[in-house]
Amino acid sequence: MAIVETKALRKEWGDHTAVDGVDLAVREGEFLVLLGPSGCGKTTLLRMIAGLEKQTAGDIVIGNRIVNALPPRERKIAMVFQSYALYPHLTVAKNISFPLRAQGMPRAQIGPAVEKAAAMFGIERLLHRKPRQLSGGERQRVALARAMVREPDVFLLDEPLSNLDAKLRTSARDELQQFQRKLGTTTIYVTHDQIEAMGLGDRIAVMSKGKIRQLGPPQEVYNEPADTFVAGFLGSPPMNFFKRGDLLIGMRPEDLLPRSAYSGGGGDKLVTVKFRVGRIENLGADNLLYGSLTDLAPKERFIIDVPSAINFPVEPGKDYDFVIKASDVKFFDAQSGVRTSPKPFWEKS
Amino acid sequence: MSADAVAAAPPPGFFSRLADSEEWLPRILLAPAILYIVASVGGPFIAALVYGLTDVSISSTAVHFVGLANFRSVIEDPGFHRALRNTLFLAFVSQGLVIVLASTLAIALQRDFRGKWWVRLLILLPWVAPISLGSIGWLWMLDSIYSVLTWMLRWAHFLGPWDRVAWLGRPNLAMGSIIGVQVWRTLPLATVILLGGLSSIPQDIHDQAEIDGARFWRHLLQITVPLVLPIQLVAILFGFVFATTDMIVVWVLTRGGPYDTTQVLASMAFFRGIDGGDLAGGAAIALFLFPVLAIAAVVLLRVARRTEVT
Repeated sequence: MAIVETKALRKEWGDHTAVDGVDLAVREGEFLVLLGPSGCGKTTLLRMIAGLEKQTAGDIVIGNRIVNALPPRERKIAMVFQSYALYPHLTVAKNISFPLRAQGMPRAQIGPAVEKAAAMFGIERLLHRKPRQLSGGERQRVALARAMVREPDVFLLDEPLSNLDAKLRTSARDELQQFQRKLGTTTIYVTHDQIEAMGLGDRIAVMSKGKIRQLGPPQEVYNEPADTFVAGFLGSPPMNFFKRGDLLIGMRPEDLLPRSAYSGGGGDKLVTVKFRVGRIENLGADNLLYGSLTDLAPKERFIIDVPSAINFPVEPGKDYDFVIKASDVKFFDAQSGVRTSPKPFWEKS
Repeated sequence: MSADAVAAAPPPGFFSRLADSEEWLPRILLAPAILYIVASVGGPFIAALVYGLTDVSISSTAVHFVGLANFRSVIEDPGFHRALRNTLFLAFVSQGLVIVLASTLAIALQRDFRGKWWVRLLILLPWVAPISLGSIGWLWMLDSIYSVLTWMLRWAHFLGPWDRVAWLGRPNLAMGSIIGVQVWRTLPLATVILLGGLSSIPQDIHDQAEIDGARFWRHLLQITVPLVLPIQLVAILFGFVFATTDMIVVWVLTRGGPYDTTQVLASMAFFRGIDGGDLAGGAAIALFLFPVLAIAAVVLLRVARRTEVT
């Protein structure tokens, strides 16, 4: 059952189209990530689902009800903003109980509900503090506790981790996923960070220019990108592209291995490319080799990511043989950028 | 370059040394402001304190120390009691109205609509106009024969065609008129201060309140008002100080009349001290305002500091 659904949803500001006919069906209990660069319309889409923004056209369905005309409070949703939007003049306890009081919950039930939410996020000892006395991570937990306390049908999260420092973000990401699994609440999560998207999502919807370019599980979106935008947006360093006839050939930097280091096995068909090393960047866990494919695309920049664990000494200016599985080579139409069926160029010769 | 080639830099001149001096530069830069405040506020204040304790008048040649006699006679004066009551009544009623009206206006002006810029300009205009000119304008509008207000009331059939209203000639109407003009005058500043306070609340907070299910009154009373309260207090205190110390509106509209029913402390001090020549009595009346205003100033500074911290 799809619990949140958008049908041909559009949002226009004057002549700018922020969301351009999005059809999206979020399943019950699912963690769906809306991923895309800034300005792709993902936050606008989320705000329309929340009811903070009125769509220009199209329908929003939450739990079998068309909610187009309903204000946010009647959509059974909770939202966490990037800034956390804690009420600065209220204590943590009052912040968490605010939605319950607004709903008119009897006073006797509010206390236990707040305590339960606080216990879940381990913030019981912060209940009497004001938001300004909290660290970034604590604020985030308070915001999540306030969102879950009223047991909504849907969580809407707008980049809730982007205000945390890098180290905290990793652990917060892990916790967030655990909470979501435990509660089983349908969640829509907006981010521009592909690592968050890959790590958190049951499915990822990659957005660009107001449209969903691809929707699928993280591995599928990563391994089988629908077009050059998705292929180039996911992955760091990004996928290498070079033109060949009316096709664009794509190879992920980490899919190439030194021929000498390839252990073989699996019976995969391998493609060998000649690579001239220009510059080497040592990132600790990985070595990034910048250069070009001397026989296939001598003029285009090409990056290969070799794990440091592979002992493979290289020198700038020299040519080496690298191999890639034939199934890892992606083919796109050079005009439209859309994925096409493989046309193995290596078999002609 | 070898060490021998390093020459000592030439010593800086007097002015550049002064400009670099952390000890003297701040003092020199602050001196004009401090001198100005001492001369324009400190001097007259001390003079008033001294006058209040003597029998000085415009015509006196010898000045005698009389202790607290001036204050005693002022306290026993029923006119003073009435002026004190009027002052407080005027300040509280006008500022109460200002709070309600300024909040309403500021919340309305925060919305986007066509011509918003012009409406904001019009609302600010009374503040830009000199008080005395504005008051004279009101004096005409409240004239007993040619009043435009009376004319409008007649037009709307609230008054008969030959009815007249002595806006400034009857005690209650006169006080009402003065309060009206005082509100007209302090409303713009309070509105602008509140608008600033309102726009300093992040949109996310309002969105969150909406998501959390707060309807209009809960949103207003539990989120918006508490968040603008520190700034609103500044507006209220400013308005209160203006309303208690102002004498121009009273002086232009009624001169304290009819029968001293609109006399306030500031106008009474002026009439007795300057017009009446009784400098000592005027000073004693004026000094009664001091404790009230001092408390207001302290509260104002504390509030201002608290808003800085958060």
